[in-house]
Amino acid sequence: MQALTTRAKVAVNKKMSFKERMYIPAILGGLSITLRHFFKKKVTIQYPEQTREFAPVYRGHHVLKRDENGAERCTACGLCAVACPAEAITMVAAERKKGEEALYREEKYAAVYEINMLRCIFCGLCEEACPKEAIFLTDEMVLTDYARKGFVHGKDKLVEPMDKDKRIDVSKRQTKEVAEFKTHPEFAHNQVYTKSLK
Amino acid sequence: MTFTAFLLYKALLVLIVFTISLVIAMYSTYAERKVAAFMQDRLGPNRAGPFGLLQPLADGVKMFMKEEIIPTVSSKFLFILGPSIAMFTSCITGAVIPWGPALHIGGNVYPLQVTDINIGILYIMAITSIGVYGIMIGGWASNNKYSLLGALRASSQMISYEIAMGLAIIALVMHTGTLSLNKIAAMQTGWHWNIVYQPLGFVIFLICAFAETNRTPFDLPESDSELIGGYHTEYSSMKLGFYLFAEYINMFISSAIISTLYFGGYHMPFIERLGMPENLAAILGVVFLFAKIFFFIFFFMWVRWTLPRFRYDQLMNLGWKVLIPLSMFNIALTGTLMWFFGRLH
Ligand code: SF4
Ligand code: SF4
Repeated sequence: MQALTTRAKVAVNKKMSFKERMYIPAILGGLSITLRHFFKKKVTIQYPEQTREFAPVYRGHHVLKRDENGAERCTACGLCAVACPAEAITMVAAERKKGEEALYREEKYAAVYEINMLRCIFCGLCEEACPKEAIFLTDEMVLTDYARKGFVHGKDKLVEPMDKDKRIDVSKRQTKEVAEFKTHPEFAHNQVYTKSLK
Repeated sequence: MTFTAFLLYKALLVLIVFTISLVIAMYSTYAERKVAAFMQDRLGPNRAGPFGLLQPLADGVKMFMKEEIIPTVSSKFLFILGPSIAMFTSCITGAVIPWGPALHIGGNVYPLQVTDINIGILYIMAITSIGVYGIMIGGWASNNKYSLLGALRASSQMISYEIAMGLAIIALVMHTGTLSLNKIAAMQTGWHWNIVYQPLGFVIFLICAFAETNRTPFDLPESDSELIGGYHTEYSSMKLGFYLFAEYINMFISSAIISTLYFGGYHMPFIERLGMPENLAAILGVVFLFAKIFFFIFFFMWVRWTLPRFRYDQLMNLGWKVLIPLSMFNIALTGTLMWFFGRLH
């Protein structure tokens, strides 16, 4: 069998020499190691004042995007729920009534859209599956709660604010390759929105 | 000195020693957490006050505020007696330690030692043996198998290591010719520290001191990972606080004893030659002693965060089959050397 690393050692049950049985050299060695660590630079990040640097493509809390007019993009197709390996997404679809065009972009929309944050593994497959560029993962953290109920995030927590300045920027989540891929004629219906994603 | 003045001065000294032991024990808990953190590349408590210096106070308040639980199946009197004994015995050992050379004020001599009994070492040995009762009674009275196991381990461990400790001290006493801690401290001037004459005895004594104070690698009575908390599993609130506190006071006192017995007590080489006024020298002596004590307290923590716990059979092996023969050999060696070279001082 091929060794997985070069550090593999064959264990031998040899008798310890007198020097080893005295333990004193080993203890001194240990003490010197801990003393060296005593003076080392500390790795602690002092949280509230100091935050860890996030990768630009960090996969955190989800956002349901609105289009440039402020209408919800999601059309409740359910592809994200199907793609989700953790089965964290549930939704109830509804038909758009007359006069709601400003609220929902497509004729069908999600009346209820819930993600169970305790089930979610933040893989980002929902985002990949979405044909409407509606769901994205952001670099925001999921807040803690005292009860399980609080972790089922509905539309109140997922849909981004209407206000243009408060929209959540997901441009970093769109790698160059993906953006290019989405210029394919097959995605023509989406192109204009991809550009306006902000 | 009139009798009242004498009484007043002794009372003051007792108060000071008592307060110092408590404060040092308090800040040892803080230091322990800091040392642990630093050795693990962390920062440790740093939120309460500057550098977290108020942390011990917060801990103390927490301990007081916690709910007091006395198990219904325990024997109540003994349950309370346990931590009381532990605390009491650890507090009274400070009485015989010479904290510094005597002060001379207005023609009177004020020794910085609460009492200089001529069997100081024996007194300390006796008190530490009583200290075992605190743990044993507490563990037994809890009526809990983990506590009982912890108490059993504690008593057998302490009794085993007391023998080696006593034998190490015998060699030291042969060498110094006195049991009084004051005389032992006073004779170690210059480089005549006892460690120079008793290196083996010192190592034995140090190991036994770790065992007697239940510190890692000999923390089998507590051994959180196997026995939950050992003898204090059932304890809560300030009674638990007493046990934990007693451990830290013990650590402080053992460091003081190690410094006094083997590291020249309040002496520092070369400083005596400067010919300073007596009182200044005395105060410097106190400073030196505390510097040594703090080093040993640090050493206790340093070892704790370096070494893993012994297995029980290894502990007993080390105590009975290694340390006791070794200390006997040390006695024989000391005797032989004294035969050939006479008293080394
Ligand atoms: S990130 Fe992954 S697990 Fe979470 S909801 Fe989306 S698809 Fe499901
Ligand atoms: S978020 Fe996207 S994939 Fe999911 S239901 Fe809405 S449109 Fe479909």
